[in-house]
Amino acid sequence: MLAYMIRRLLWTPVLLVIVSIIVFVLGTYGPGDPVEVRLGQNYSPEAAERLREQMGLNDPVGVQWARYVWGAVRGDFGESFVFQGRSVSEILGPRLWVSAQLNLAAFLITFVFGVPLGFYAAKRQGTWKDPGVVISTLALFALPVFIIAPFLIWVFALRLDWVPVSGWGGFFDARIILPAVTIGVPGIAVFVRLMRASTLDVLGQEYIRTARAKGLSELVVNYRHIARNAFIPILTILGFTFAGLFTGSLITELMFGIPGLGRISLDSIFARDFPVITAIVLIGASMLVIANLLIDFLYTIVDPRIRLQ
Amino acid sequence: MADELTATTQTSASARSVRGRSLFTLAMARLTRKKLGMIALIVIVLIYLAGIFAPLLDTHGYSETNLLRTQEGPDFENFLGTDRLGRDTYTRLLWGIQTTVIVTIATLLTGSIVLGVSLGMAAGYFRGFYDTVISRVGEITSAFPDILLIILLAATVRPRVLDLVRDFEDSTGFTGFISSGFVDFFVIGLALLPLSWFGTMRLVRGQVLQIRDADYIEAARAMGVSTPRILVRHVLPNIISPLIVTLSFGMGAVAGTEIALSFFGLGVQPPRPSLGIMIAEATGRGSTATSVLTQHPEQLLAPIAVVWLLIFAWNILGDALTDVLNPRSR
Repeated sequence: MLAYMIRRLLWTPVLLVIVSIIVFVLGTYGPGDPVEVRLGQNYSPEAAERLREQMGLNDPVGVQWARYVWGAVRGDFGESFVFQGRSVSEILGPRLWVSAQLNLAAFLITFVFGVPLGFYAAKRQGTWKDPGVVISTLALFALPVFIIAPFLIWVFALRLDWVPVSGWGGFFDARIILPAVTIGVPGIAVFVRLMRASTLDVLGQEYIRTARAKGLSELVVNYRHIARNAFIPILTILGFTFAGLFTGSLITELMFGIPGLGRISLDSIFARDFPVITAIVLIGASMLVIANLLIDFLYTIVDPRIRLQ
Repeated sequence: MADELTATTQTSASARSVRGRSLFTLAMARLTRKKLGMIALIVIVLIYLAGIFAPLLDTHGYSETNLLRTQEGPDFENFLGTDRLGRDTYTRLLWGIQTTVIVTIATLLTGSIVLGVSLGMAAGYFRGFYDTVISRVGEITSAFPDILLIILLAATVRPRVLDLVRDFEDSTGFTGFISSGFVDFFVIGLALLPLSWFGTMRLVRGQVLQIRDADYIEAARAMGVSTPRILVRHVLPNIISPLIVTLSFGMGAVAGTEIALSFFGLGVQPPRPSLGIMIAEATGRGSTATSVLTQHPEQLLAPIAVVWLLIFAWNILGDALTDVLNPRSR
């Protein structure tokens, strides 16, 4: 187990280096010219050439890439092509924080509804309640953001006037509710499906019968024996979810006017702001890799059987 | 002959009772007893047929504008009303479905089946070097935040491919690749590849690892059956059930991503309709979605109903297939 972990730790930086190469190559050979973006349509060739030299765009791609990675290692992702004179970290920092808060709120909704509903569905297998829960959450899962968002705005902001239409005010502001619901609700089905399947697996185990035979109360059997064991496979998906916290949600942020990472990644892809794109992809990839690593460690803590292997 | 022998000695008792019934007929028989799964299957088939036969079912041209009849409600001339430019929503819906049909089927065939299954079988069966390389490449693709990578690929690769094809058309005299929308579909397919192949590959690899040392595989090998034949006749049929289930869930995801790409203007290009483009045009890329919903709901609801039904149906079908094909739950 330890050897496996060490191998994983050594592979992580290699993986990130390859990810950075791919993004860099895509950016360099992609369309659009950052100089043109900065100078506008009518520019003099001399000014363009000077800027090109200044931005280091005349160097070979390999050199540009190496310079970029060396900076990134020290936490310097360079300067944005579009927002002049502002460093990428300065632009992304606050947005990362906004997206993280929004997605955490969304995750809480998914989790608080998804896990108990999945458990409930499994316990009611054979009655109409089980397919009822599964199908109604799947129906919400299949609803595109394009319809959930305007529908929620229309009902709760315009008709009922309970919450403001859009904007951002932090985690404890009422304006976080609608976007968090928009992002969180579809995911419930995923947690329901997983929790239901793993609960059904656990329900068939001998130790559940033993626990009942010992005369334990149904409450204790449910929570100590069934739910806790059924929860282990959920950890896997938690890794992905936590990594997703930082990459933001493109369409939702767009529709609710939230100044998060999803919004800026979309804007920078269309504006060819490659220092920003590369930084976002690298941050997202690092989060994913690190989250998966942490989940593996968590497994060994939660499930002693894995630790012993 | 050789593998027929192994097959009969392995399952002589049970084989006789189910003689002549393939996994497919058995699964279909079980599926017909699942009402919801059948409804989902019928919905999917109907939507796909509507897309495939769009040229026969449409009532107008998909780019035909009528500026005297814009933003009209549904009536006998325009079953679902008209959009901002007076184009027939019903016709555009059919052609939009066709776009989704082409993209999902192309991605299923190339990404999931050709790449995912073959690489997964190679990694699981041969292990060692192949496994390391394939799994590592898989880890790299899956390390990207997926929707971002897809958008990035679509945005950067598209103009390059267009240039290449334009050069090719100019120099050889072949035409029609760009005007037929072939390039658009190629780029979308390419952008969706990282989404589609890795999941299938990992699943197939895991399944193959589990059965590669089974007695019947060893028996086949001992009888001198060639490796490709073992993979196709002995390994593949035994991993097909979980594969079909995953593909069914995956189709919903691919359809959803194609629609999101088109929404951002990176999928098929106008005038060819796509459900994503219809949603984007009706809502001004999301910014006026609420006012559209209150004033011209049919423009937004028609494409969204189809998107919703399609993704919902693929997932319901996936659930039903899990019950039907999973030996533990039947």
